[in-house]
Amino acid sequence: MGKHVITLMVNGESHRLEIEPRAHLADVLRDELALTGTHIGCEHGVCGACTIRVDGAITRACLLLAVQAEGAVIETIEGLSDSGEIGDLQDAFRHRNALQCGYCTPAMLITAQDLLLHNPNPDRATIRDHISGNYCRCTGYQAIVDAVETVAKARQTAGERA
Amino acid sequence: MSGPLSPLDRPNSYIGRTVPRPNLERLVEGRGTYVSDMTLPRMGHVVFVRSPYAHARIVDIDTGAAKQGEGVIAVVTGAELVEQCSPWVGVLSHLKGLKSAPQHAMAVDRACWQGEAVCAVVANSRAQAEDAAELVQVQYQELEPVTDMRTALEPHIPVIHAELGDNLAFERSLDAGEVDKAFSEADAVAEAEFVFGRHTGVTLEARAVLADWNPGERRLTVYQGTQAPHMMQNIFAKHLALEEAQVRVVCKDVGGSFGIKVHVYADEMATAALSKRLKRPVKFVADRIESFVTDIHARDHICKGRIAVKQDGTITAFAIDDLTGIGPYSMYPRTSAIEANQVVNLVGGPYQARNYRARARVVFQNKNVMCQYRAVGHPIACSVTEGLVDLAARAIGMDPLEIRSRNLIKDDAYPTDSPSGLKFESLSHHASLAKLKQMMDYDGLRAEQKRLRRQGIYRGIGLASFIEVTNPSAAFYGVGGARISSQDGVSVRMDATGAIIVQTSLTEQGQGSEALTAQVVASALGVTLDKVRVILGDTDNTPYGGGTWASRGAGIGGEAAWQAGKALRMNILEVAGTILQTVPDMLDIDQGVVVDKGTTRERIGLDEVARIAYFRPDTLPADFQAELLATRHYVPRQYPFAFTNGIQASWLEVDTETGFITLLNHWCVEDCGTIINPQLVDEQIRGGVVQGLGAALFEHCRYDERGQLTNGTMADYLVPMASEMPDIEVGHVVSPTLESELGAKGAGEAGTAGAAACVANAVNDALEPFDVTITEIPLTPSLILNALGRRGG
Ligand code: FES
Ligand code: FES
Repeated sequence: MGKHVITLMVNGESHRLEIEPRAHLADVLRDELALTGTHIGCEHGVCGACTIRVDGAITRACLLLAVQAEGAVIETIEGLSDSGEIGDLQDAFRHRNALQCGYCTPAMLITAQDLLLHNPNPDRATIRDHISGNYCRCTGYQAIVDAVETVAKARQTAGERA
Repeated sequence: MSGPLSPLDRPNSYIGRTVPRPNLERLVEGRGTYVSDMTLPRMGHVVFVRSPYAHARIVDIDTGAAKQGEGVIAVVTGAELVEQCSPWVGVLSHLKGLKSAPQHAMAVDRACWQGEAVCAVVANSRAQAEDAAELVQVQYQELEPVTDMRTALEPHIPVIHAELGDNLAFERSLDAGEVDKAFSEADAVAEAEFVFGRHTGVTLEARAVLADWNPGERRLTVYQGTQAPHMMQNIFAKHLALEEAQVRVVCKDVGGSFGIKVHVYADEMATAALSKRLKRPVKFVADRIESFVTDIHARDHICKGRIAVKQDGTITAFAIDDLTGIGPYSMYPRTSAIEANQVVNLVGGPYQARNYRARARVVFQNKNVMCQYRAVGHPIACSVTEGLVDLAARAIGMDPLEIRSRNLIKDDAYPTDSPSGLKFESLSHHASLAKLKQMMDYDGLRAEQKRLRRQGIYRGIGLASFIEVTNPSAAFYGVGGARISSQDGVSVRMDATGAIIVQTSLTEQGQGSEALTAQVVASALGVTLDKVRVILGDTDNTPYGGGTWASRGAGIGGEAAWQAGKALRMNILEVAGTILQTVPDMLDIDQGVVVDKGTTRERIGLDEVARIAYFRPDTLPADFQAELLATRHYVPRQYPFAFTNGIQASWLEVDTETGFITLLNHWCVEDCGTIINPQLVDEQIRGGVVQGLGAALFEHCRYDERGQLTNGTMADYLVPMASEMPDIEVGHVVSPTLESELGAKGAGEAGTAGAAACVANAVNDALEPFDVTITEIPLTPSLILNALGRRGG
């Protein structure tokens, strides 16, 4: 099968890759760039485990062909961890035991951050709604909702103080 | 000083404290190592060609074109792989009469369920293997499938394995007390047929295995998402003609297990066999579609139940007749008869009634294999028991909470047993009921329910008392001949800087095994948590033991950790005593420092003890040898199982126009004995409850009459999502087991055990004005509309 050459900007690094046109972005991130923090739970766009940020918007990496991401700014859990952008969420997840096996967690964190960027003061129902595209089979969700709520409140307070 | 201290009263103990689990930074940063993330040099990827038929003879497999595929390393049929992997039969000798047929790593001449692997394609990439798999030409001759368990034993139905004579895998009957007399003397008898759909675990990371046969070392290393590495070590050795010492099973991060990953899967055995055949690493990661047709399914029971009750509310008898279909083979090595056996054991378990009759039959069928999934048998037993108790209450016009309080085994009746022979050391049904009643404001909710009914809003309250099997001894598997350890081992050592390294035979799939081990060891020793590192999930580097399943981690592995920690403390104090020229008995360890016992007077730091022991033993007496490693094992002996108990309640609303159910609240009070980390226990309960709610409302593997799974994608198989789930309030009563010093029992399955039962009871309670009783799950909108006589809404 003919390969395509694409350039991807991932977590601030530029990568020139030769890939099959049918390869989806989740596979390319994992297999070509060893960014294994992006997980795969279904490869049909349902579970949300592969959620990443593409040009600032949360996206299911299994639903996007890598060739479609040419030129896009891609952020994965690795980049968001290194930059410290979601450090407070990560801390809250840890303290609230909002993860058990951790397989849903990177995507859940990215989804939660997306909510808080757009709605800094969500109530519990809004949080539940927003993460409703992300499966978690372990926690039953409540601890995740608690953790996100805690961070929302903490950011609000910090914002007021600033 | 007041009364004698319990051995758990240690200075600065972590037992009973919520502290974050170690190692979570890794997972929140996406730095975990799940098997699906791993690669090895020269690794091949295997993709399986699977039978599209539920039952078919394999006439011919043409692998010619596939072998020419780009990047293809090998194409191997089931018949060819027999050379590398011997078949198995999933029976246990203590399940008398249980029979099954030999199962191969891949089907050899006959495929017995839709999804059974018939041929393997190994290539340099997964995509290449998938492409080549399309080129494998399999000629099938379709055979008549056996799909309906209700008719599987009828004479005109084909027998799946002719050599077994019939489709009956297992049958058990029990008759205790005077059942007929109780029913004939009852003031009311209620009966119902309870139907439980098949469902499955849907671990978010699918099953994954990476097998690496290194001919140079003559060793097989298997990286596997498994709950029981030592069991798997034995199984790989046995069927791949190796010595156990030649097999290492490594279990890193696992993306969910719930009992799904404690079994021997044919395709995983095939992967290991392929590695041996090809002399290179081979990796298999199930895709989601494969998961639905190959991960074990669970439940699928039809259970007829009867209950006898007196007008004063006294329940006098239970009787059940349970039927379950398990697919074409009994799973190996834990067997597929355990769930039905548990149903027989557990029905009526929380109650005083002594008259009990049960029959369970387990039949073969041409559907995916079925085996133990979280709470094995408990949801069936609990739904049947609690459904019957509600029916009895209704028959005599008694409140559901009142009938329970009249019949639950009294809290001062222990030790006692059940009519099925279960031994109960100490349960707390009444304390739990009282706590639940107060937490949920039962009387307030009843008043609200009444008020809302007048407005045409139908809300219901459902209750479900339960007992849960935890801390299983050898009675579970060992006595039946399975080489599955019921014992766990823990080694604790102090390194040369005073830091502590713990190796445990428990495994971690998110439950918190690592955390509880660290907390217990830190407490037993007297060090701070940050000084403790836990190693698990590696047969080369941990003591031999069972792993994490059947709610055994805290109770069994935790006790081994406690004993090992204590032993090392004694060893350390001997060294310290020698250095300080005092008796070890006068010393203790608190926050990493040797102190005078009962005080905080510091004598010497552990770092200094370690330095002297490792580097200046010349300064110690010539006849003294420091031993800074201690290993202990533990297995329960007195009680075959440490039963826990609890009660759940659901408050929900049924929309009688659409059939939709809205869960409003859920409560669970449970008693798992000593609680090591309250947060982890609560989250085990919540996660378990939600899995039970999934079974109650959504989850269902739907098969057609040809044995085809019709909803095998995540889009079609529904699981609970955040927006549909209520907050769950958890409460505790604490009755430690006296069999161990730690006193911990399990908590991992309690949530799943009772959730569906109380939801079903709540739905029937909500629909009471319509005089309908629904005893089938999942409680889909169409099921509810049908029951209300509003077919199609
Ligand atoms: S893997 Fe992309 S949504 Fe499930
Ligand atoms: S923590 Fe396991 S799937 Fe969410």
